[in-house]
Amino acid sequence: MQYIFQAEEVSKKYDKHQALTNVSIEVPQSGIFGLLGPNGAGKTTLIRIINQIIAPDRGNLLFNGQKLNPGHIKEIGYLPEERGLYKKMKVGEQAMYLARLKDVKHSDAKVLLRQWFEKFDLMPWWDKKVEELSKGMQQKVQFIVTVLHRPRLLIFDEPFSGFDPININLLKDEILNLKNQGTSIIFSTHNMSSVEELCDHIALINKSEKILDGKVEDIRKSHSSQIFSLSINNQNGETAKLFEPVAELLEEKTRKDGLKDIRVKLREKVSANDLIRHILPYADLHSFHEELPTMNDVFIKTVTGKYPQERNTTLNQHTLTDQVNNSNS
Amino acid sequence: MNKTFTILKREYLSRVKKKSFIVMTILGPILMAALLVVPVFIAQVSDSVYEVAIVDDTQLFYTEFADANNVEFIDLNVDIDLAIELLKEEKFDAILHIPTTAFHAPSTLRLFSQKAINMNAKLYIESILKNEFESMKMATAGIDAEVLRATETKISIQAIRLLRDGHEQTDYPEVSMAVGIFSGILIYFFVFLFGSQVMRGVMEEKTSRIVEIIVSSVKPFQLMMGKILGIALVGLTQFSIWIILTFAIVSGVSIAMPETFRFTPQEQIYVTGSQSLNPAELQARMQEVQQHNTAAGQVMESLNAINFTVMIFSFIFYFLGGYLLYAALFAAVGAAVDNEADTQQFMLPITIPMIFSIVMAQMVMNNPFGPVAYWLSIIPFTSPIIMMVRIPFGVPTSDIIISAVLLIAGFLATTWIAARIYRTGILMYGKKISYKEIWNWLRYNR
Repeated sequence: MQYIFQAEEVSKKYDKHQALTNVSIEVPQSGIFGLLGPNGAGKTTLIRIINQIIAPDRGNLLFNGQKLNPGHIKEIGYLPEERGLYKKMKVGEQAMYLARLKDVKHSDAKVLLRQWFEKFDLMPWWDKKVEELSKGMQQKVQFIVTVLHRPRLLIFDEPFSGFDPININLLKDEILNLKNQGTSIIFSTHNMSSVEELCDHIALINKSEKILDGKVEDIRKSHSSQIFSLSINNQNGETAKLFEPVAELLEEKTRKDGLKDIRVKLREKVSANDLIRHILPYADLHSFHEELPTMNDVFIKTVTGKYPQERNTTLNQHTLTDQVNNSNS
Repeated sequence: MNKTFTILKREYLSRVKKKSFIVMTILGPILMAALLVVPVFIAQVSDSVYEVAIVDDTQLFYTEFADANNVEFIDLNVDIDLAIELLKEEKFDAILHIPTTAFHAPSTLRLFSQKAINMNAKLYIESILKNEFESMKMATAGIDAEVLRATETKISIQAIRLLRDGHEQTDYPEVSMAVGIFSGILIYFFVFLFGSQVMRGVMEEKTSRIVEIIVSSVKPFQLMMGKILGIALVGLTQFSIWIILTFAIVSGVSIAMPETFRFTPQEQIYVTGSQSLNPAELQARMQEVQQHNTAAGQVMESLNAINFTVMIFSFIFYFLGGYLLYAALFAAVGAAVDNEADTQQFMLPITIPMIFSIVMAQMVMNNPFGPVAYWLSIIPFTSPIIMMVRIPFGVPTSDIIISAVLLIAGFLATTWIAARIYRTGILMYGKKISYKEIWNWLRYNR
């Protein structure tokens, strides 16, 4: 696989505080890479190292296979978590200035900025001072100047903080758009639902060390607790008895139309196929899916060592649903 | 380098376009010119006439009071009690009462008035009475007033400096002192004014959180230098405009109203001379004017003795050198703190050498070639102010070169130190920083 960015055994120490310990990550080309971790884990330090704002004490950094060097700065776009603009400066002038600092030509910057400003309905604000803009509009301007110079790698640190839900969706669409155009994206956040929605790969950093990484699907599967939700129609017979040989019944609810919603946990060495084979002769199967742990669960489990106490039992809309219909009907 | 220039340009333009800059740049020279013009006007368009009635019981002195300095005298040959009644009716402003005992007991002299006494009039009357009493005493003691006047000698030694090339040059230490202290204070003022602009600029970037966006595009050092150099240019721009506008206003006013500003003494000779027909009086006036002429000539000559080309160039050099030396430190302070209130503790090490220089300037003026003056004008932290104080006295070129080289080395050193504090400080939010932490930042390698 092609990697846009690789860090090998990177360490960084501030005074007495160890910020990163032998962290290695590989960010694939043209994908969204989630950099996760609790506050103070070292995410921002790693991001600043990628941006060459600070240098690591040890370790190798590769950008597109080459050793990371100052020439790569204009190939990277960075939206920091702590971000702002000059309050007294005019919006357009400021966007031009920040584009110029990224080596975008004056004439190009003007054209590109117009396109983006029109897309985000910011054109009437071009000559207004930044302090006259709402926070959401300021965030849009910051997003524009981050992506304007068409970087190959984009780094978003908590991009959705401060946005309202409408603008969050707008931004998500733009991020997915950029991904489809081939841009690689590093996405640092606490918001686990957006991780499931957007990220292809993740790395989880805790207390300066990387403790987990890989594809999102693989990680969730490997953290599977073997719990399945089913809707079945068995008019006669006791449900618990039916499942007894293959699974342990956790919950049972009968709907008005007679269907039963059931949650079961597979016994050891029993596969999902075994479960289906076992019940098909006795009941009509209306739906069947595995309750994969949410990334939130994986996150908390990996960091604290246990699943959260209040397990979310409602069906998670982000969970992949395998609708399996009874072959009889 | 290209990006440093982009930053420099923004820092410069954003400040020069500000209303406060434009207002200050225009108001500055008007205020400065006002300082020069207004006193002349006030002297010309002086206040109303102050009328003093004289009640001279001795009948000896009342003829000696000539009207002058907006004071007019009325001879009031009446009893003092009646005079006081008239004063109450506001017939005049004051009464000078010379009782018969006055000559032997001057403390019995009285000046009555209803409002506060006009100091000017009081001093004028005192000087007239002093002269009259003295000459009368001399006459009774048998001393010829003419003889005494002839013994009066005014001594003013002309200081001559022997130049290396054998020429002689008249020295005017008083003028050198004034020019020196003025340029020293100006440097102090400019370094503080623009140094604190650097500090506030850095703090603005830090508190508005734009700094991390910028340092992902440019090196922190480029950002810091762009800001420092941009503001230096703002300083030079403002300074040049002030000089030009001040000069324009002063010369404009003096051309518009030549009677008010009679600068050349030559004109005065003819103007006053043609009005007077009495030849004896004319001669006296000519002499007086000639005296005045030489005094004015001396001032002109003393100003010529100061090499203004050297002064202006060294002013620009020491302003830039001093500014760069301190501006880097101001930038480091701005990077280390989160708000204006926290700057105080870190400002102290910056302000102490500056204030020390101004305090020592007095001592340096009195002995501009002593060891204290020499060393303070060599050490980079004090040299911008102290050297400017010394230069009008004629400093050896070798001293200036040593001092200039050390000043450049000094600002490179402070910039290097400040850059290390700066690059760590700008990314530290919401944390109160101690000197110990700053020391640790200095030792980081990024």
